[in-house]
Amino acid sequence: MACIEARGLKKSFGATTALAGVDLKIEEGKILGLIGPNGAGKSTLLNAVLGLIPYQGELSVLGLNPWSSRDALMRDVCFIADVAVLPRWMRVQNAIDYLAGVHPRFDRARAEAFLSNTQIKRTSKVSELSKGMVTQLHLALVMAIDARLLVLDEPTLGLDLLYRKQFYDTLLNDYFDHKRTIVVTTHQVEEVEQILTDVMFINHGRIVLDCAMEDFETRYLELSPRPEHLSEARALKPIYERQALARPVLMFDSVGRDALVGLGEVRSPSIADVFVAVMSEPAPGVAS
Amino acid sequence: MSSAADNVIDTSAPVKPIHPFSWTVRREIWEHRALWIAPLSVAGLILFGFLIQLLNLSKIMISVNHLPPMPRFVALAAPFTFTSAALMMTGVVLSVSYCLSALGNERRDRSILFWKSLPVSDTTAVLAKAVVPFAIVPVIVIAAVLATQLIMLLLGSLALTISGAGTSAIWSHATLARLDLTMLYTVVTGVLWYAPIYGWLLMISSFARRAAFLWAVLPWLGLFILEKLTLGTNYVAALISDRLIGGMQIGFNVQHYGHVNIKTMQMINPLTAIAARHFFLSSGLWLGLVAAAAFIAAAVWFRRMRDPG
Repeated sequence: MACIEARGLKKSFGATTALAGVDLKIEEGKILGLIGPNGAGKSTLLNAVLGLIPYQGELSVLGLNPWSSRDALMRDVCFIADVAVLPRWMRVQNAIDYLAGVHPRFDRARAEAFLSNTQIKRTSKVSELSKGMVTQLHLALVMAIDARLLVLDEPTLGLDLLYRKQFYDTLLNDYFDHKRTIVVTTHQVEEVEQILTDVMFINHGRIVLDCAMEDFETRYLELSPRPEHLSEARALKPIYERQALARPVLMFDSVGRDALVGLGEVRSPSIADVFVAVMSEPAPGVAS
Repeated sequence: MSSAADNVIDTSAPVKPIHPFSWTVRREIWEHRALWIAPLSVAGLILFGFLIQLLNLSKIMISVNHLPPMPRFVALAAPFTFTSAALMMTGVVLSVSYCLSALGNERRDRSILFWKSLPVSDTTAVLAKAVVPFAIVPVIVIAAVLATQLIMLLLGSLALTISGAGTSAIWSHATLARLDLTMLYTVVTGVLWYAPIYGWLLMISSFARRAAFLWAVLPWLGLFILEKLTLGTNYVAALISDRLIGGMQIGFNVQHYGHVNIKTMQMINPLTAIAARHFFLSSGLWLGLVAAAAFIAAAVWFRRMRDPG
């Protein structure tokens, strides 16, 4: 069963179109990176998936309509919206007690085990913790919930490199088990690149790229052509051309490696490189 | 924080019983410490004032003993009725300030996104907040009044025994029990009568992005001005004043004692002033409760519809 399935998903705020008809299907057991520039519709899409806002079109999450069945859905879905959302007045012990009281799938012992590996004291208030520790606490709480879908919206915003790395390591090693689904948005693409199974680009309220990571490496190639082969390379219709050290670099989508190796130096671009290339194209059907 | 627990999902594990409502009420009490700190401070202040009065207690008792029955009763009861009144007023202030920020604060500090990530419905969350003015504050007020009065009674007895004036005067009538029954009745009817005010404030705090106080007050002021200028009538003003003080007028036989000279009047039992039947059959009460329910339903709706980001 698909974990998340959307057809013609639309959402407007007044005159602004946030989602202009999103079609997507995310299977269970994936770690999907949802990448897009600011204002592309990432948060709106996630808010719709989490049943936080009404929308037009079809959307099903774990087989439920997230808007009308939100209360039932939240037993199986968990999300970290932002590092700053844990209530500042709350003590760590309060948070554990409360979750144990209201969440049928929260495992107190698991949360305490995660916390015992941190510097976080049970009697501390959230307002007394550093930003990194608040994120650790939130992650410990979330990982103690036996959820089927975890949504992370910029979970490591404002954290230093050490905490960011630890965050994703913990998530991957202690939480992900190929039955759960994780959807993550972040601006630090390079840090999640290694853990993703799938990647999606969103721009102007539409999905502009949807690709499994295993296909990504064969699909996208970057070529630094030798000067004499430049026009020949351009004839293969690169999707994007940029200058690096005063030499052109061409990016190709679904052009075989064999066709390129004779023309110059070929390499696999990172998600960030492809992101820049795809976002530089005029979005189809949307006036820019 | 690595590999602390095994990461097997056991979907066959029985779902443990949960109590979202009672835990969410508990959460409100954790968050809003003013709910018990404010009444405690007021009670402490009252006891401090009472202690100072105690220094002159034997003198006061001698002069009080020469009074006719009703004024004597009023004088003896004064510290106790004052305690009830002060703490009940504290309760109203607490409830008003709580309701006015209850649903706005969680949006302002974005913690609403944490609460909404849990399987607790908007209805549960809002009703748990409504429990505070409707049950928690009244219970705290009643407990604080009784505890303060008990301490006053013990301190008074101690002071009178030491001064040799005898404690019979303050223990003689079953007056304190009667006063406290009246206090209980006032708290309960007060909460019921003010229900639409609390509901309105909860709704405003759920609706207003900022300046909740202005949203709560200005529409009524606007209606009042509009009515005055266009129709020249005073229905809005009457409605507001009825909601603020009408409960006391309907709940007690106030007019009976309006023009009586306290020095010559007969000793009366305060319980006879209670007009419970009149209060509970009044349309004002029931219309108010219906309005309160509508406002709370609207508060739930706004919490659900408002874009949390």
